[in-house]
Amino acid sequence: MIEACLRWSAIALVAAIGPAVALTRDPRAQAITLTLYGLALTLLFFVLQAPDVALAQATVGAVALPLMVLLTLARMRRMDRDRDRGDDEEER
Amino acid sequence: MIPGYVPFFVAIWLFLWGLYGIITSRHFVHLIVCVGLLQTSTYLLLAGIGYRAGGVAPVMVTTTHAHESVVDPIVQALMLTDVVVEATVMALLLAMAVQLYEKLGSADPQKTRVLRG
Amino acid sequence: MSDRARRIIFFVGALPLAALLVLACLRLPPSGRGGSSYGDVINGAAADERHAADAVTAVNFDYRAFDTLGEEFILFTSVMGVVLLLRRSSEDDTEDDTDDKSANRQAPPTSDAVRALGLALVGLTVSFGLYIVTHGQVSPGGGFQGGVIIATGWMVLYLAGNAQTYCRLASPSLFEAVEALGAASYALVGAGALVAGMAYLANYVPLGPTPSTVRSGGTIALLSVAVGIEVSAGFIVLISTFLKEALAERQDQ
Repeated sequence: MIEACLRWSAIALVAAIGPAVALTRDPRAQAITLTLYGLALTLLFFVLQAPDVALAQATVGAVALPLMVLLTLARMRRMDRDRDRGDDEEER
Repeated sequence: MIPGYVPFFVAIWLFLWGLYGIITSRHFVHLIVCVGLLQTSTYLLLAGIGYRAGGVAPVMVTTTHAHESVVDPIVQALMLTDVVVEATVMALLLAMAVQLYEKLGSADPQKTRVLRG
Repeated sequence: MSDRARRIIFFVGALPLAALLVLACLRLPPSGRGGSSYGDVINGAAADERHAADAVTAVNFDYRAFDTLGEEFILFTSVMGVVLLLRRSSEDDTEDDTDDKSANRQAPPTSDAVRALGLALVGLTVSFGLYIVTHGQVSPGGGFQGGVIIATGWMVLYLAGNAQTYCRLASPSLFEAVEALGAASYALVGAGALVAGMAYLANYVPLGPTPSTVRSGGTIALLSVAVGIEVSAGFIVLISTFLKEALAERQDQ
């Protein structure tokens, strides 16, 4: 009985946070939503009796992937700064 | 609808939302994260296929309980490979997004020109 | 093409696609009845035949070890691809680093609380990752999961420390060599089976005690460690390559 409730709520959580990931337009905010989505998927896999996959999803989808997303954004910001500095130097 | 098909329907729902995110995307990184969302819908499909109602996780000390219902381990091995492949594909896509941003100056996929020549 | 037109075309296409997918899924057996006879055979054989309690790890590293070989080389190749893609562009703007000395560009130094917490977390995370790697056949886990945990533990060094410490400890060439070592040792352990007269990647090492411990499982334990080494080094190289640009600008502190 409790297991059925857990299963239904885990699936409902995944079905609710999935669209939120697609609808978050700002990439920096999307990294946070992606972490939450990874955690919801981990919970779902755990409830569906797949602990190996839950471990893998927790580490990859909730930690490594948002980390890579944030580092990509930081690199793009640095390219912006370099380009602005390059333009300033050309004007002088 | 029939309760047994709910994981499959949620997988289709996530797949369509991932597609929607890709098509209406305005930033490369947002697009790539939506590709990841698309990939996670396949996890849910596989999880739904392998699950056995009332089953336990496939970790057993001995096989005296082999006649009790245990969830399918082959499908879980497939899901594990799927997670690894998602991580690698996203890493490569993000590296390509960085290169594209450097060449184009803008991160908007709708502003990229089609290849000429 | 305007946003509205894009959305309308998407809905026009997505509704038939959704209908087709739903019809296809209705032909599958409903979810609670799943599983295959192959899965039942493995569940009945893994603990007794291979002395591995975790059937999924036994499938990954013994029954279907060849697929895991391909998967590990996918990871290896994609890390190589990322390094190649990003290294080329970083050589172009190393000349800008000497100009970046204005006072308002310095990042604030990390506080003592963050540093202390980071030190505690690094040891804890790395040892937890090693536990997961070595106990792959005993409990849920395995080489891949533990490898990513070790890599994230290493990243805490960057978050809690400063750039110089991280640069000194994370030389890319060392970790690239370690990753190659991990990938090669997976293939070589499999080749050892050929030397022993069995098929490639067969389980030829003596299987250990029966209620699974760290020593049981034969080649499962060896392959799990090889994969753990490769995945942790691979992810460290991956994230370090993404980080290199951010590191270069903090080095003038």
